[in-house]
Amino acid sequence: MGKLFSRLRRNARTAIQMVFFALSNGYAAGFWRGNIYKGPGKFVCVPGLNCYSCPGALGACPIGALQAVLSSREYKFAFYVTGFFLLFGALLGRLVCGFLCPFGLVQDLLYKIPFARKVARVPGDRFLRYVKYFILAGFVILLPLFAVDIIGQGQPWFCKYVCPSGTLFAGVPLLAANPPLREALGWLFTWKAAILASLLLLSAFVYRPFCRYLCPLGAIYGLFNPVAIYRFQVDQDKCVACGKCRQACKLNLAVNKTPNSAECIRCGDCLRACPTGAVRWGKRR
Amino acid sequence: MRFWRRYGAAVLLLALGACFLLLGVRRGEAETVLRKAVNICMECIGLG
Repeated sequence: MGKLFSRLRRNARTAIQMVFFALSNGYAAGFWRGNIYKGPGKFVCVPGLNCYSCPGALGACPIGALQAVLSSREYKFAFYVTGFFLLFGALLGRLVCGFLCPFGLVQDLLYKIPFARKVARVPGDRFLRYVKYFILAGFVILLPLFAVDIIGQGQPWFCKYVCPSGTLFAGVPLLAANPPLREALGWLFTWKAAILASLLLLSAFVYRPFCRYLCPLGAIYGLFNPVAIYRFQVDQDKCVACGKCRQACKLNLAVNKTPNSAECIRCGDCLRACPTGAVRWGKRR
Repeated sequence: MRFWRRYGAAVLLLALGACFLLLGVRRGEAETVLRKAVNICMECIGLG
């Protein structure tokens, strides 16, 4: 019984990720009809990177929505989508990445493949982490805002040239169910499929490569980690600096020194690994 | 007092988020999001 309980606890995060994925992509008919949900749920942004063109998607992707507003002729600032970022970020920070993001779930499942040798320290990790901020500033904000056509209309640069979540959750199922769409395939799909394939392959060896280095949504939520309502505290009186939190952290973070690092996706492995209970969430003793 | 010291910044950000959300709705940004989200996004699926 104890073993069962311990196993359930270990897999609770995966279960939550799967339930949230099913809830936010509950329009099952879309998958066999090859179309998308068109109801009022699409007014609302979901917290994770969940493409609104996924046949099952019941809500809007916040990064896609941000680009849609910024690339339109009417607006130069996206109050509506920023409002969602502030609400999700101030409440949860990057807990969204750890528990509520569908593409995070896919990477987590691939990392569970046992025969692939895991890479704990990625060469250049310190610098690669900043790439996601460059993508956020360039592909999500500046290019949609300023690279406009003659009528002032921009493009969703991140969705178009980078987003692997859109390729996986929207491109693959829609193309599979729609022969006319398949006839329009070209170099862009090849490019995006190559990005997706590389990231999926890498995910078996490196923990969450997309979230770590490329995800603009993670870059935004990371900024909230130090102030979010859900945040970690380290009781320095209890901490014995044994390093077990760092060993347990698949992102190789020194949790006892920077419990609210912008890189932390709040998976909670460090909480379970701490032998003295020094790492806690929320409560200050 | 302790509550505000601990969660003050988050509460302010939540309030700001709610204001931004309402302002965005008032400016019609929600319709722009809906318009984009209810049509298949060709860029997202890799067809340009």
